[in-house]
Amino acid sequence: MVIPSCCFRRSRAVDVIEVAESVIDTAALQRSLKNPAAGGYCAFEGWVRNENEGHVVERLEYEAYEPLVIVEGEKVLAEARELFPFLEARCVHRVGLLELGECAVWIGVASAHRDEAFKACRYIIDQIKVRLPIWKKEHYANGDSGWVNCERCAAHGIAD
Amino acid sequence: MKTITVRYFAMFREHAGVAEETLNVSAATAKDVFELTRDRHGSTEPNGHCKVAINDHMADWNTAVNDGDTVLLFPPVAGG
Repeated sequence: MVIPSCCFRRSRAVDVIEVAESVIDTAALQRSLKNPAAGGYCAFEGWVRNENEGHVVERLEYEAYEPLVIVEGEKVLAEARELFPFLEARCVHRVGLLELGECAVWIGVASAHRDEAFKACRYIIDQIKVRLPIWKKEHYANGDSGWVNCERCAAHGIAD
Repeated sequence: MKTITVRYFAMFREHAGVAEETLNVSAATAKDVFELTRDRHGSTEPNGHCKVAINDHMADWNTAVNDGDTVLLFPPVAGG
């Protein structure tokens, strides 16, 4: 007997985006996307880097307005699903103080074939960066700090 | 005049020194609110680089502001 492939799909009403205040458990997230109909899975992790535009960065501080991160994030996931039909996607974004090397954002997409997973993952991170109400403050080795993308728009900047 | 609540985020909040405040304004649109509070949020850039939400819905700068609304002013975002 041949079982229709749709029977292997787990039912989850909507792809999930979350805001996390503590370390992202990427292994658990990967396991949560396991799906017998998935031929592959693609993940993107954004990490805290030690440099930005010539400044030595010691840590990052993320702030998010969670109610609209969820609303806009679910729109992004729905758009990605429409463009690159996949089985399931999840996304988690950190807030608070993060040390170098920590995972700030995690995106995972499981799909029947690799193309949708790669493309959806790329679409989701690109849209998250420009659309979601999330802000990043860099703390520098010299004691200064600055909001990323805001220096030029601020009456007070990095050197403040 | 309308009584509205303005909420500031990230750099805007730090500049204003408060997370939110209630204001009596003659603003017609979200853009008017952005301009009227420029000395509070401290942005010297055009509002187009920023985002705005009204009553927890993403809005655009031409969206009308009504009495009792909560206007959320978002500086340029930088997730990821």
